[in-house]
Amino acid sequence: MQDMGVRVLFEGANGVRLLKGLWTALRISLLSMAFSFVLGTLLGCAMTLKNPVVKAAAKIYLEFIRIMPQLVLLFLAYFGMTKAFGIQLSGYASALIVFTMWGTAEMGDLVRGVLISIPKHQYLSGLALGLSPWRVYLHIIFPQSARRLIPLAINLSTRMIKTTSLVVLIGVVEVLKVGQQIIEANRYAAPSGALWVYGAVFLLYFIACYPISSLARLLENKWKG
Amino acid sequence: MDFAFMARYAPLYVDAALLTLRIAAVGIALSLLAGLVCGLTQYYRVPIGKNIAAAYIELSRNTPLLVQLFFLYFGLPKAGIRLSSEVCAYIGLTFLGGGYMAEAFRSGLESIEKIQVESGLSLGLTRAQVMRCIVLPQAAAISLPGICANMIFLIKETSVFSVLALADLMYVAKDLIGLYYKTNEALTMLVAFYLLILLPVSTVLSLVERKFRYAGYGSQSAV
Repeated sequence: MQDMGVRVLFEGANGVRLLKGLWTALRISLLSMAFSFVLGTLLGCAMTLKNPVVKAAAKIYLEFIRIMPQLVLLFLAYFGMTKAFGIQLSGYASALIVFTMWGTAEMGDLVRGVLISIPKHQYLSGLALGLSPWRVYLHIIFPQSARRLIPLAINLSTRMIKTTSLVVLIGVVEVLKVGQQIIEANRYAAPSGALWVYGAVFLLYFIACYPISSLARLLENKWKG
Repeated sequence: MDFAFMARYAPLYVDAALLTLRIAAVGIALSLLAGLVCGLTQYYRVPIGKNIAAAYIELSRNTPLLVQLFFLYFGLPKAGIRLSSEVCAYIGLTFLGGGYMAEAFRSGLESIEKIQVESGLSLGLTRAQVMRCIVLPQAAAISLPGICANMIFLIKETSVFSVLALADLMYVAKDLIGLYYKTNEALTMLVAFYLLILLPVSTVLSLVERKFRYAGYGSQSAV
């Protein structure tokens, strides 16, 4: 009975369909990652400003987004927006918006943390050498920050990839949904299909995330000194 | 906003919040235990044990909880292992949290310099005493920020347990939306209850973190 189940994965286009489903999830995370890296860098820089209004606004945004479970945010975007404002978003669009907002908050916090971890004398020495504030950032602060930031940002991307698995709950047809379809279609031919299909999905996510998190660790160790 | 509706269904949310808290509390306690065991296994470089711990940590940190739960709840019964949804929730949360906690403990343990252990041993303490009285208290203080962040993370992760048909906050909200089409009210209450749970927890944890920020032997320089 067990060997009949595993066959489900290789019958017809099932394997390819699963991979395509994974790609749907990955595409959401890649797109929102790209947006949130840009927006998050801006947010992080804005948070180091002395302006109290900007600081307070950024802080409230950050705290709210980070304290809410991502699934709640998805529900707010997918069900809440439709009812409250009449804006009908597809599951895909709401996932993109939510993950961009969440990623921006997380990335902003990382950027802020890295920027304030650069010792103050680096800024001051740059200014004392006659560089303009903009040049101090461009030539002194950003290159140093990037080394500390990149491993953290890569780690954030694995978290985003993992979190995009939630989109199945707002109706996006991604790898888990495709898995369910395959299981349902083969309910009688392969009753133990669920074990193999979900096992395969589990492994697929691992294969997607493991190299990325290993890379983050590698860079972290390399640039530590 | 239909406040009468919200008042009528608030008790449902209270029950759901209690369930969420119970699952989170048990899950966090178990994952602390699992994390400590894995962290110590790696710290002492127990042969074979450390490889198993390393593989487990990578597996749990690189897969989403939702997928782990689908495997546990829908996959395993096909192999003859049938678990109730609550047991699945505990196992899932512990499996996920253990990996994260292990990393937090390990980084704390590794940051304690070897000379601390050697000094303890030369003073005549046994290995167990060195661990209990010297290494662990310092390591715990260093691991604490990571552990606190993981706790918040685990409480947030409980939101996916609605897929196991556990009547948690997400489940109740979804149910009310489906039954009465009161989307605004149901979602407002959902957000309110999560804030009610998570804000105090995160405030308390950051206070705890600040209180225990004392051990700074060489590892944490006050910049």
